[in-house]
Amino acid sequence: MTNVQLLILFFILGAITFAQRLSFIALFGRTDVPVWLIRVLRFVPPAVLCAIIFPDVFLINGALVLAPSNYRLIAAALAVAVALITRNVFVTIATGMVTLWGLTLFTA
Amino acid sequence: MSSAKTEFLAGVRATMPILPGVFPFGLIFGTLAIQAGMQRMIAQSMSALVFAGSSQFIAAQLIATTVPAGIIVITGAIVNLRHMLYSASVAPYLLRYGWRWKIILAYLLTDEAYAIVIGRLRQSLDDAYRLQARWYFLGAGLAMWCTWQISTALGLFIGGTIPTSWQLDFALPLTFIALVFPTLKDRSSVAAALVAGTVALPAVALPLKLGLLVAAACGIAAGVLTERSRPTVKR
Repeated sequence: MTNVQLLILFFILGAITFAQRLSFIALFGRTDVPVWLIRVLRFVPPAVLCAIIFPDVFLINGALVLAPSNYRLIAAALAVAVALITRNVFVTIATGMVTLWGLTLFTA
Repeated sequence: MSSAKTEFLAGVRATMPILPGVFPFGLIFGTLAIQAGMQRMIAQSMSALVFAGSSQFIAAQLIATTVPAGIIVITGAIVNLRHMLYSASVAPYLLRYGWRWKIILAYLLTDEAYAIVIGRLRQSLDDAYRLQARWYFLGAGLAMWCTWQISTALGLFIGGTIPTSWQLDFALPLTFIALVFPTLKDRSSVAAALVAGTVALPAVALPLKLGLLVAAACGIAAGVLTERSRPTVKR
């Protein structure tokens, strides 16, 4: 994409994001927030996040690899453990990256 | 010191503890944007225009793989849908604010700002106190905004010097692993997460990177269905 195309794309993406953030702030008092919408929206973060995480962790070049040769899987498993214990974003990322680097260097 | 200034600074202070977690996220985005072939000013303008980390990550990834712009917009919109939830949640407290305030605060309504501000908003019982809370919101939002812009800029400058062998793209799923656990509040949100993740695996074969959207839709459906089919508790 050209720079102009990218800027237009980001402008549209930004406008949509802003509209989503403003949505109920603007509408409140004029219309009720539909209960079904709130119920559906609640599941967006876990669904979207896992739809991104799983392929990045379980697949290598599009193929499922559940063996120890999948370093990203091992690194992610440790990161999950750390996320559960510490609830700290920074420590979770650091654990995963350091594990992946360690495994890559160790076997290089 | 005026109470507006006190509130503003209190908002900034409340945001401080989470900024060390935000900074690397922006740094990594800047790096990935460079690796995706974006020019610095273009990537920086994305952080200013969109100002939503996870969707910027995904969009940068999709741009690198030359997916049609329409798909990038739809994917970004779905990833950012959760902001409507925050909007609904803060809306009652912002009811008496003027339009200018509503627009500025909506622009600043990130995941982090929401998490910080909602506690302060819920404390405000009377109108006068509630009106002061907008300065707290502004303080928290601007602290986040500055951190995001500066960390993006820094990532853009060091980005070119980091070799791809460092596999920094793996920071994306790692960040999301850290973010997903607080959203798993009950059985149906776990169902949404597991179904979306599992469907996403075969769905990578779909054209135009549509797998993410299909998997997310299945996950959301699983969440709604398991919630409805829950046995009714005795009243």
